[in-house]
Amino acid sequence: MHEMGITQEVLRAVIDASERAGATRINRVRLTVGELTDIVPDSLQFAWECLTPGTFAEGAVLEIRETPGRSVCMECGTEFAHDKFDRKCPSPECGSFMTRVIAGDELRTDDIDVDLPDEASVDNAGVEG
Amino acid sequence: MEIDLSQPILAHNEALADKNRTRLAGSGVFALDVLASPGSGKTTTILATIGLLRDRLRIAVIEGDIASKVDAEKVKAHGIPAVQINTGGACHLEADMISRALDALPLDDLDLVIVENVGNLVCPTEFDLGQGARVVVLSVPEGHDKPLKYPGIFAQADAVLLNKVDTISFFDFDEAEFVDSVRRLNGTAPIFRMSAKTGEGVAEWAEWLADRVAEART
Repeated sequence: MHEMGITQEVLRAVIDASERAGATRINRVRLTVGELTDIVPDSLQFAWECLTPGTFAEGAVLEIRETPGRSVCMECGTEFAHDKFDRKCPSPECGSFMTRVIAGDELRTDDIDVDLPDEASVDNAGVEG
Repeated sequence: MEIDLSQPILAHNEALADKNRTRLAGSGVFALDVLASPGSGKTTTILATIGLLRDRLRIAVIEGDIASKVDAEKVKAHGIPAVQINTGGACHLEADMISRALDALPLDDLDLVIVENVGNLVCPTEFDLGQGARVVVLSVPEGHDKPLKYPGIFAQADAVLLNKVDTISFFDFDEAEFVDSVRRLNGTAPIFRMSAKTGEGVAEWAEWLADRVAEART
């Protein structure tokens, strides 16, 4: 469950950013998690639900965008999509193992949606809390 | 209001890992991160490697375990400085733990620090420690299909050590398939066949490591 530690890092970064912005509340957090990483999005969601209560991010929705693996062949330049188990160049004339990942290894906090003091009264009109 | 962050989730760990890397380079020390499953022979492999290199290189070991200090004691019994990190339940080492362990080592009197990560082939993958190289030890009894179960770590490895090859006739281990599945993930990492117990093949691996240490110094 290294997703707990990963989620703690996300939490620290988003709380820090929203405090710097003077936000009153975090509504949503968006992450990109590549399919080539050893990170399980469901476990991130679970960790998020465990860790956020009692913090400034309590109630914030965690959105995870998964990006598929993509590599380029260093020998023939072919760009190709692949799963996490096989990065071999698919070109029948080439078939090289010398390839380089260009997408799918991301582990990134993209953006957060927050309420600021002056818009909170508008956005949260009639909403308790 | 939307606030754009666009930052690596592990930015904090990565910054600390870079600090470790700079500090190690400043003292001319190469750090090797060793990853493997429990029972693959990590500690035995490390001791066999030290046995071949200790006349040429000044070596220390950082042992990462969830609890206990048996591995550090084993290393110290060979007269090698060792620091034990107990992660207290965490399944991998992080850069700040290495930073504290480095505080306890005489870096200026060392050439090589071998880090034995927590026995786990998944969790350590995303956590840079500031190492110069990362190697995966897989032992024959674990089976040839392991690269397909832990692709992340095999894709990232700078070298793969196939340990316990002295037992290969007792297990249904398809070596050609193992090599092929490693290659499909990693076109460059050398694969060393070895037995830390009998000593077979350890010299080739140790030479590779010694070359990396020498390269890092130039």
